[in-house]
Amino acid sequence: MNDETPQNLAMLVDRGEPRSQSRRRAFDRGFLVTCLAITAIAVLALGVLLGSILIEGLPGLRWSFFTEYASRDASKAGIRAPLWGSIWVASICAIVALPIGIATAVWLEEFAPKNRITAFIRLNISNLAGVPSIVYGILGLTLFVRMFGLFGPIQAPELEIGGRLYAIYYDTMQEPIRVPAEERGVAPVLKTGDVGFVQEIEEGADGELIFTDRWTPVTLTIVPEDEDAPEGYGIIEAWQAEEPADFETERPWYYIQFPLGQSVLAGGLTLMLVVLPIVIISSQEALRAVPGSLRTGSLAMGATKWQTTRKVTLPAAVPMIMTGSILAMSRAIGEAAPILVLGVALFITDTPSSLMDSFTVLPMQIYNWTSRWQEDFRALAATGIIVLLMVLLAFNAVAVLIRQKLQRPLS
Amino acid sequence: MTTPPTAASGGVVTDSPRPATNKVAVIETMTTTPTPNQNQTQNQPTPAAEPPVCIQAREFNSWYGDFQALHGIELDVPTNRVTAFIGPSGCGKSTLLRWFNRMNDTIPSARASGTLDLHGTDLLSTRYDVVDLRRRVGMVFQKPNPFPKSIFDNIAYGPRLHRRYTRSDLAELVEQSLRRAAIWDEVKDRLNQSALGLSGGQQQRLCIARAIAVGPEVLLMDEPCSALDPRSTAAIEDLIRDLRHQYTIVIVTHNMQQAARVSDRTAFFYEGRLVESDETERIFTTPAHRETEDYVSGRFG
Ligand SMILES: Nc1ncnc2c1ncn2[C@@H]1O[C@H](COP(=O)(O)OP(=O)(O)O)[C@@H](O)[C@H]1O
Ligand SMILES: [Mg+2]
Repeated sequence: MNDETPQNLAMLVDRGEPRSQSRRRAFDRGFLVTCLAITAIAVLALGVLLGSILIEGLPGLRWSFFTEYASRDASKAGIRAPLWGSIWVASICAIVALPIGIATAVWLEEFAPKNRITAFIRLNISNLAGVPSIVYGILGLTLFVRMFGLFGPIQAPELEIGGRLYAIYYDTMQEPIRVPAEERGVAPVLKTGDVGFVQEIEEGADGELIFTDRWTPVTLTIVPEDEDAPEGYGIIEAWQAEEPADFETERPWYYIQFPLGQSVLAGGLTLMLVVLPIVIISSQEALRAVPGSLRTGSLAMGATKWQTTRKVTLPAAVPMIMTGSILAMSRAIGEAAPILVLGVALFITDTPSSLMDSFTVLPMQIYNWTSRWQEDFRALAATGIIVLLMVLLAFNAVAVLIRQKLQRPLS
Repeated sequence: MTTPPTAASGGVVTDSPRPATNKVAVIETMTTTPTPNQNQTQNQPTPAAEPPVCIQAREFNSWYGDFQALHGIELDVPTNRVTAFIGPSGCGKSTLLRWFNRMNDTIPSARASGTLDLHGTDLLSTRYDVVDLRRRVGMVFQKPNPFPKSIFDNIAYGPRLHRRYTRSDLAELVEQSLRRAAIWDEVKDRLNQSALGLSGGQQQRLCIARAIAVGPEVLLMDEPCSALDPRSTAAIEDLIRDLRHQYTIVIVTHNMQQAARVSDRTAFFYEGRLVESDETERIFTTPAHRETEDYVSGRFG
């Protein structure tokens, strides 16, 4: 019985019907060809898309395209405003989303107790990453742009921080003079010797006068009504001094009003909502990729949990966190839907200079141009797409570079 | 050899020549925790005298959740000697070792009862400062786990956690730690290169250097050679023999020859119990228990 077993086994093996080698090989080849064909279709589609965009858009890719604002004349239009708008919005988004996202990931991975509440939080962050970005646009609209109407309508904000209010007068030379004011609509009481500011004027290249952003201080002289006013800057007649012509808020870059309105800050914060889950998840993955033995090693030397995180875990995870963050930011730059929902103005002829300035972004401008019926604007859209693709490509290249240069093995 | 600026506190461990310090340590410990055993030592201070107890376990039990991993452990770990823990896998050697520096605190389900004293103080007490305990009781793991930093920063990591050093003191401390771990000559020209570029055996000696750089009294080693080739193993064993008069070393090993070669005392564990603990020679020649004899002679486990 025992001696027969090997023979039995060999017989059993041989009992199976041999499969056709040629058919197996044919199937192998067929599978390979199918895969290649499917890949070819995808690559071809991408190639056609890129090709048509390049053919249509490359001729418009001149330096002036970057320096000109939007225009009704397609030949003069450029992407200066949306380019700078995208830069502002993306920077605000990065400054807010990265610290919050990375801190959240660190807390969830390194410090949070493993219980039902934190499991629920983890699950929902993954769910949030799948929410369509337009939904975040709606959230941003109520949360940031309107702030639930808590601070009044957008046009008449009830709370302003960091702005400087000026009343505007005109002197006998008909020059506007700014005088610091306390409250909108309440004229400051002017006396001779007060300080006002006159706008500096420059002579342009072709001889025309240009009003600059610079204001020089002058000492005011208030002359009574019945006296003849002398000629000169900073001389205001008493009857004019009682009521200023207008009020104006000078906005330093940090000026903020509530509600935020359709400002770059509101745009950046809305995009933060879009990318936050992505930043958190990619940072969590980066932290999880750090071998536990490093944490144990550090703790065993008497390091506290925080010292271990700060000096071992986070530094080891930084390259991966950076890669994930850059990819999240490139997503933010490409988003049009959430910004569209905010209701930002389409025709912007200035670059933002404060957090409260209006803005538009590259995808919005491209969307706007593609939806016009004139051929010329279609070509502009193609050129805009080339710029957007270049920006995204640059972001991805940096991410790849970081992955290759900084990402070293961890154990 | 020059005296390195060790971070040791309490005067128990220094790197100065051994005999004098040993005496000091004995007298100091006696004044704090006099036990009958140590009184005897005082009466007859011969070289063969029993060293004072460093870690003492009494009626010590440990659980992971409902599973009891250790049952009624009674063990004395002598100061400045090498104690080997042997026994089949899963018998609780690592568990006990991890209680010695409370690394089990990081395992939520781990609990313990009974007493575990380090020089007479209950180290299980919630009032015991874990950070200070782990500085005094260093640990070396089965798989070398250097940080993904430079060799210098690996060694400087621990000292920097606990104290502020001047640049030159730190450099000196790093050098002396590496010298002590017998790896200085191999790495002195590449202190700023990543520690991950070292071979496994070098990494493990680096980890030992890293552990002694904070001036511990006790070194716990959990199968420090099981991931290494025979040559690196020999280097680590040499190192352990070299360190044994300055540090209380507890080493877990599955290698009987290794236990016999490096340890002064051996404790045999079986299924969560300490079967016997004695002079290493006695364990390997005339063990008191049948299981011990079977295990050390390779008949099971
Ligand atoms: N983190 C843990 N959680 C639950 N059980 C554990 C854990 N670590 C070890 N054990 C169990 O405790 C027992 C002793 O393990 P261990 O101390 O690692 O044994 P040894 O080091 O002697 O091989 C084993 O049965 C093991 O399964
Ligand atoms: Mg073990």
